[in-house]
Amino acid sequence: MTALAAALASPSLSQVGAIARRAIVRTARQPASVIPPLVFPMALMAVNAAGLDSSTELPGFPTDSFLAFALAVPFIQGALFSTMNAGTDLARDIDTGFVNRLALTAMRDWSLLFGQLSGVVVLGVFQAVFYLSVGLVVGVDFAAGPAGIALLLVYAVIVSLSFGAVGAWLAYRFGSGETIQALFPVLFVFLFISSMNAPRDLIGVEWFRTAATLNPVSYMIEAVRSLIIEGWNWQALGLGFGFTIAIGIVALFLASRALRTRMTRT
Amino acid sequence: MSAAGNGIEVEQLVREYKKGPRAVNGIDLQVAPGEIYGFLGPNGAGKSTTVHVLTTLLPPTSGTARVGGHDVVKEGPKVRSLIGVALQEAALDPLLTGRDHLRLQATLQGVPKERRKVHADELLERVGLADAGDRKVQGYSGGMKRRLDLALALVHLPRILFLDEPTTGLDPQSRTAMWEEVARLRREESVTVFLTTQYLEEADVLADRVGIIDEGKIVAEGTPAALKAEIGRPSVHAIPEHEEDREKIAGFLAQFGEPLATTRDVAVRLRAGLGLTDIVRAVDANGVRIADLELRAPTLDDVFLAKTGRTLEGAQEEAEAEQEERRA
Repeated sequence: MTALAAALASPSLSQVGAIARRAIVRTARQPASVIPPLVFPMALMAVNAAGLDSSTELPGFPTDSFLAFALAVPFIQGALFSTMNAGTDLARDIDTGFVNRLALTAMRDWSLLFGQLSGVVVLGVFQAVFYLSVGLVVGVDFAAGPAGIALLLVYAVIVSLSFGAVGAWLAYRFGSGETIQALFPVLFVFLFISSMNAPRDLIGVEWFRTAATLNPVSYMIEAVRSLIIEGWNWQALGLGFGFTIAIGIVALFLASRALRTRMTRT
Repeated sequence: MSAAGNGIEVEQLVREYKKGPRAVNGIDLQVAPGEIYGFLGPNGAGKSTTVHVLTTLLPPTSGTARVGGHDVVKEGPKVRSLIGVALQEAALDPLLTGRDHLRLQATLQGVPKERRKVHADELLERVGLADAGDRKVQGYSGGMKRRLDLALALVHLPRILFLDEPTTGLDPQSRTAMWEEVARLRREESVTVFLTTQYLEEADVLADRVGIIDEGKIVAEGTPAALKAEIGRPSVHAIPEHEEDREKIAGFLAQFGEPLATTRDVAVRLRAGLGLTDIVRAVDANGVRIADLELRAPTLDDVFLAKTGRTLEGAQEEAEAEQEERRA
């Protein structure tokens, strides 16, 4: 048996796989969890593209296709939906006692966290493929080419993992689906005060420009956007990946700490 | 009796909640390997907290507990590998099928991959869910959920089984089916069973020994027969035909034994040497009419009453009222 096969057969990886499979199955069986993350970001993009298309004529606007400019937003918006779904599902498991059921097995604590997050990642990649496909169908050119598309999918993995970890932390910390749903609009504020609809240097209102500059979500959007409309902008990619990974590390740390408190088994 | 093997040993176990009462208040108990131990008490008596401590879900505030020879605090993973648990709330995922649940549980419990499917089929068959195994749990009845919960607890062939009120809310048919399966597990597989219940009949029918818990303390322990024999004498229960005769009946019945606190009827625990005929004569002599007169052998409820001064039903109502008050 190769080292990889041995690793894949290890109990911990089987546990992660089993939890991930459950997360995917239960999401797939709830159309209300699958359809909104696909449809709403696309609908918002279509509305924005129709209403803001003329902004491409502004001097300094980086592309003549607002659709290409706006296509970056669904990737982040979809990841925010993943945050809420992962958090709400986990909170429900705590509330119903399902976490106790799992705690009574030989499962390791981190298997629960990473299993749940693996499910979120699979769904995040599925969403990303959908957004990419829609983009290609409506004629968006990917400036970074096939390698850029591949990197975009890698980014989808990282952003789903990071935002999913935020959702997991909220779930373990508060243990209530209602609390997480109440926090969802707060998370969305970060999206709306970002550079989602205009390049930061073209935002006319000063406080908004400052807020967008301080907002990490702007850099996440700009990393994706750079692959679509610019090609290989290493600074944008570095900032986008950097912020996403940093958020992921902090969220994973907080989530694993909250999980230890939540699973009080001896 | 020893906790080594498949037994349970508890010494001076205490569990306090922050800002709450002492849910378990210094209990001692021993369960022998292969025994069915019934833990009987009203809501809020400390049954579920005890189960949570013994199954490693809650650390005790003080005292020790060993399950299968392993300390529940220091050797949690070893304890978990030996036990199967069906908690009070059958926490199932409504979107998964029965078979999905078994597959997940088997993987998490480390059942070898090649055994999982066969084992799931066997368990579904055994708990009578073979036809419903591929249906989502959201369509299951309460009894089906409980049976699936039991199957999940058995997935890794545990030697000790904790069942926390496994039949609460079930119809009589499902309850009987559950009793039969629990009895079979003990009889054919020598599984030790720690069963909490608020039903006297359940403890009476299933348990080899019963521990009665009230307000966090064990107030009586022994075989159902021994506990009832401790009470010894039967009781007489009379329901007056006319409500206004209640006091009069209570008055003359008192000369036959000690009055019992009941709500529906007038009752006394008979003194030795007296029988139903003595009561019938007295009723006749006093010229009152009785709608119903019954001589009852001692029950576990009588044991509870003798030990706590309340009936189990009354204690249950008190606990529910307290919970309501706390919620309000």
